[in-house]
Amino acid sequence: MPLLEVKHMTHYFGGLRAVHDFNLSIEKGEIRGLIGPNGAGKSTVFNLITGIYRPTEGQVIFKGQNITGKRPHQIAAMGLGRTFQNLRLWRHMTVLEHVKMARYSKLTYGLVGAFFDTRKRRREEAEAEKVARDLLDLLGVYNVAHELVTNLPYGMQRRVEMARALAVEPDILFLDEPTAGMNPEELVEMMDVIRQVHQEFDLAIFLIEHRMKFVMELCQRIQTLVFGEVIAEGTPEEIQNNPKVIEAYLGEEVET
Amino acid sequence: MSATEFFQNVVNALQWGSFYALIALGYSMVYGVLLLFNFAHGDIFMVGAYIGFFVATAFLALFASGVGIITLPSWAILVLVILATMFLTSFVGMAVERIGYRPLRHAPRASAAITGLMIGIIFETSILAMFGAQRMKFPELLPGLASASQPTFGGVIISWQKILIVGVALVLMLLLQWFVSNTKWGMAMRAMAFDFAAVPLMGVPLNRIAALTFALGSALAGAAAVLYSMAYPVLDPYMGITVGWKAFVAAILGGRGSIKGAALAGFLLGFIEIFAATVFPSTYRDLIAYSIILIILVFRPHGMFGEEHTARLRL
Repeated sequence: MPLLEVKHMTHYFGGLRAVHDFNLSIEKGEIRGLIGPNGAGKSTVFNLITGIYRPTEGQVIFKGQNITGKRPHQIAAMGLGRTFQNLRLWRHMTVLEHVKMARYSKLTYGLVGAFFDTRKRRREEAEAEKVARDLLDLLGVYNVAHELVTNLPYGMQRRVEMARALAVEPDILFLDEPTAGMNPEELVEMMDVIRQVHQEFDLAIFLIEHRMKFVMELCQRIQTLVFGEVIAEGTPEEIQNNPKVIEAYLGEEVET
Repeated sequence: MSATEFFQNVVNALQWGSFYALIALGYSMVYGVLLLFNFAHGDIFMVGAYIGFFVATAFLALFASGVGIITLPSWAILVLVILATMFLTSFVGMAVERIGYRPLRHAPRASAAITGLMIGIIFETSILAMFGAQRMKFPELLPGLASASQPTFGGVIISWQKILIVGVALVLMLLLQWFVSNTKWGMAMRAMAFDFAAVPLMGVPLNRIAALTFALGSALAGAAAVLYSMAYPVLDPYMGITVGWKAFVAAILGGRGSIKGAALAGFLLGFIEIFAATVFPSTYRDLIAYSIILIILVFRPHGMFGEEHTARLRL
């Protein structure tokens, strides 16, 4: 049974067909890429699977459960972590708070427990703090745990976002253009970070990227989306040599 | 103004400031989290006073010495009345959010503002329809408190009642501060204020946090309503309007979204009002007080603790 399966997903925004008959099957531990020109509908695919939009047609099955139409917070708590194309951090919260926030679904104490500061609450909060600190350590941002994210350089903010996504204990991680706005040095670092978390947590990863080099090196399989439709699917080599893909990038040379 | 008079006014200002601060916190929190002004908040305060009236009447019948089934000391009855009123008023706030604001979350801001005003009118007129125009007298929760010997400090009379009101208000504000900084819900409220969209994708239920924000703000208004009714024990359906608008001014003065700002501005407003009335004829009180605030806002348009573009919930 695949970890995540999408069957015949189609979505309309009013009269506009944004995604058409999208199919996907990701196994545990697999790294999968989604490429395509701007406006192809890549982020929409992410938003449909993570529950921000409800697909007009089709089904999303995660860990054997039909999650179509479930709320984003329910899907996230089931083990789907996500980062965003333009960082969506909570600017005036500290790095540690970001990661602890994503532990929300793992904290089960109630209002009464909070006001009476029960042992359960203390134990759960201590646990959340420990998990958060371990993640910060892993991603190399432990020393800025108490800094506000606004004060951090861009590359570090990306790492914080990754740590936050990992704090929901995901089985699959969705990365929406993880290298957007990065210089070549930061890009290489990000590649290492992704490899590291992939190994450490035995994660499946589904990523959107523009930079071919990055996708080709990381992913086992790649889909190409153009105008909401998958025009090619295969291994990096197959995609690279696919005439339709080359054409879709308007003659842009597919660099390796 | 003699020193005694001055400090007497300080004591009075602290009492009024407590009411304003508790109500202003509700405005500011809701704005900080959902970026909307809940213009029905003053009327939630008024409904809280009516809820307090019935809770107090019921609890006195049940627990007061001589009449009740079980006799409780009057301070215990007071604590129960405050807690029960807060609890019940929080549901009024949650209902307002669920019915009035949630369907409009993606509508233009003006729609939500108008809805708030309408809900306020609905509350006023339904209370009027249910209980008539006759004013109701809030029962005395602590009999003998007013006639007991009052503490004085260098000639300044500090009544027990004022100590109680300011004390309860401060305790509630500290609890709120603690809640927002130390619990997962408080953290979620602050996160929601900065980026709405990212919050549910981290496993946090957005609607529940929105409802909780309204619940907390309304519970504070409920507490303010009981305290207010102890000091001014006459209820009428329009009692929430003036107090509500003034608390709204305090919320702006403090800086939208700032908990500390709303609390301090509430007290500041109390001081400005009281001292305006001592220096100038009391009919000019509001004219002078609000002119002063207008001038403050000219120089600090985002309020005392407000910042441009970051009218978000913070400590």
